[in-house]
Formats: sequence, structure tokens, C-alpha cells
Amino acid sequence: MGDSQYSFSLTTFSPSGKLVQIEHALTAVGSGQTSLGIKAANGVVIATEKKLPSILVDEASVQKIQILTPNIGVVYSGMGPDSRVLVRKSRKQAERYHRLYKEPIPVTQLVRETAGVMQEFTQSGGVRPFGVSLLVAGFDDKGPQLYQVDPSGSYFSWKASAMGKNVSNAKTFLEKRYTDDMELDDAVHTAILTLKEGFEGQISEKNIEIGIVGTDKKFRQSPIKFSDCFEK
Amino acid sequence: MSIFEYNGSAVVAMVGKNCFAIASDRRLGVQLQTIATDFQKIYKIHDKLFIGLSGLATDAQTMYQKLVFRHKLYQLREERNMKPETFASLVSALLYEKRELAKDFVVSGSASESLYGACEAMFKPDMEPEELFETISQALLSSVDRDCLSGWGGHAKPWYSVLLENVVLG
Repeated sequence: MGDSQYSFSLTTFSPSGKLVQIEHALTAVGSGQTSLGIKAANGVVIATEKKLPSILVDEASVQKIQILTPNIGVVYSGMGPDSRVLVRKSRKQAERYHRLYKEPIPVTQLVRETAGVMQEFTQSGGVRPFGVSLLVAGFDDKGPQLYQVDPSGSYFSWKASAMGKNVSNAKTFLEKRYTDDMELDDAVHTAILTLKEGFEGQISEKNIEIGIVGTDKKFRQSPIKFSDCFEK
Repeated sequence: MSIFEYNGSAVVAMVGKNCFAIASDRRLGVQLQTIATDFQKIYKIHDKLFIGLSGLATDAQTMYQKLVFRHKLYQLREERNMKPETFASLVSALLYEKRELAKDFVVSGSASESLYGACEAMFKPDMEPEELFETISQALLSSVDRDCLSGWGGHAKPWYSVLLENVVLG
């Protein structure tokens, strides 16, 4: 048992009104690998760096961008194992929705459900907040959509966003580059350039991951060869 | 006797050109005894969505309450109305029964046998609202005349861009 009757929950308000466990979770996200997303006029791109602990690791065995439904994908910054829990729960929720309404779950609904799970883990006994932030990219009847979900359970819709190491640099870069009428191809290029800015070393197809969803409403992981983007 | 024939009912719906119509009889009976002649069997979910519930009246009313509840929660969550296909899927999930989406007309109730006959004979594809309303009304009336357990006039709700008031037939 715990040390006192107050040890059921790790998240107790500090006198200043902060939940320190959530702050720590955000720190875990902030020191994680950089991920970013851009919403274009005709689709969404999400991208992340994939730095592996050793060159001996088979890079093909690591997938940081995951598919939740055929038209929705997700990428995380922070703790990989935590993200898998959220991916599993989100997929199940999407499947439940589909079973009931025979209709793919709208992006907003899936994001709300996932954020709800993350919120619960800030208020339940015997658990800790998730050490991840998610970028959810999807295309549904309401068009292309990009959401960021944080460990507190709060979520926002973004035109472009970044998280993990170098957030502020990446966001500044995105602010300079972003335009409302941007096409998906441009967005992919900008995404790679933004990653490149904060990247230590040479980036290649092997150490970044990209996911896109366009008007065909099919989310694809690293769908095309980006070799031409890596020149210079 | 099947429990679906305990109260007696006739429900029919038809699709026209940019419009639809749904109609039902108005009798509530207990086997051969008539209890009420102004009973509602068509329920409104939202401005462009109606459901006709036939069979055991008590279950039909409970079903309607459950559907309204589920639709209100859906509206709050998703800030939109349900599409007919989505709603049909919800009904199917609640009834634990597979439902097929009909292209032209559907019938149900104790008068369904005669409704099938009437609809097969009278239905044409792509009817304009006025013709559709006339057809569904005639199909309903001639069907309930051939069924002891339904009748006492009908409710018909045509829908085309503007919803008309509930029309009471013969």
C-alpha cells in the first residue's frame, strides 16, 4: 500500500494550482524526438525524425507513424510504449463507432475520445499521465484536419504544429513557411525542410518518417520516394 | 397469434424524386377490440428523418424514446443530425437485426402482406411529391381495408424541401 491515504493519485494539485505530474509528462514530450504536421489545402502531412539508439538496430522494424483508421493517421513525440497504448485504444474506439453507425469515425470524434482517455489518466488512481503528445492527421467529410493532443487531455486543431525537441525552432520555421493555399506536395517539402533544420546530422529516408492523407481519404505511411527532397 | 399482430398496424414508406413519404394507419387495438383511433405510429427524429414503428405498441413507444435519446446524444456530441443511413444502422444495432436499405418502398405491420401487393401495383420510380403522396395514401387505404387489425384512417407525412403538416386521411 501507499505511504498515506493521499497516495492513490499521483496527480494532486500543487498549492500554486499546477499538476506537477502533467508538467513532468510535458517535459518527457519536450525531450522526445521532433514530430510535426502541416495541414494543406488538399490534405495533411505528418512527419517525425526516427533516431535509433544504435546503427545495429534494423530501422525497418520501427514505425512511429501509425494508422488508426483508413483515413486517419497519428504520430507521437515522447515515450513510444505509451503511444502504443493510445493507438490501441483509439483503434478500438474507431471500430466501435464503425460497428454502430456503419460509417467511418469523424476525425474530431476520434480525437475527442483519445483526449478523453488521456484526461482520465490524469485523474485515476494507480496510473500516471501518458508521456506523449499526439498529432492526429485525417481527411473526412469536413476536409483535411490536424489535431494535437497533449498529456493533460487538451486538444487543438492546427494549421501546422510541431512537438518534441526543437519545438520552438520548428514552429517559428513553420510560421514563416506556412500559407493557407499550400498544396500537399509543398507541405511535404516544408515538413522535410523543417525537420532538417533541427536535425543533428544528415537526414535520409532511413531516419525520418512521413505520413500523408489526401483527397482520396487514404492515409499512407512514407508513400513515395523522397530522394529528390534530400538533395542539398 | 404473433405478438406483432396484438395491436395491429400498417406502415409504409416510399421514395420519389427528391422526396419521400411515410404513412401509417391510426388504429390501436387489443386483438379484435379497438382501443383508440388516433394512435401515432410515425415518429419524427429531426426535420428530414422519420421512423414508422409497427408491431407491439408498447415496445414501439419505448423504441422511439430510446432512439430520440440516442439521437439527442449524437447531436450534442457531433453537432449535426444523423443521416438516414447512419440512423438505420443505429436502429439495426438496437434491434440486433440486420436491416437492408430499400430503394423504392418498404412496408411493415399486420397489413404488410396487402401493403406489398398494393405497393407492387401502384409504385413507380421518380414520382413527384404530389403523385407520391396520392400513391402512398391509396396504397395504405386499400391495404388496411384488407386487414382486420389495422385501419381507422391514416397519417401520411410527405417530405419535399418544406415539411407539410400532418395530413389525416379518410
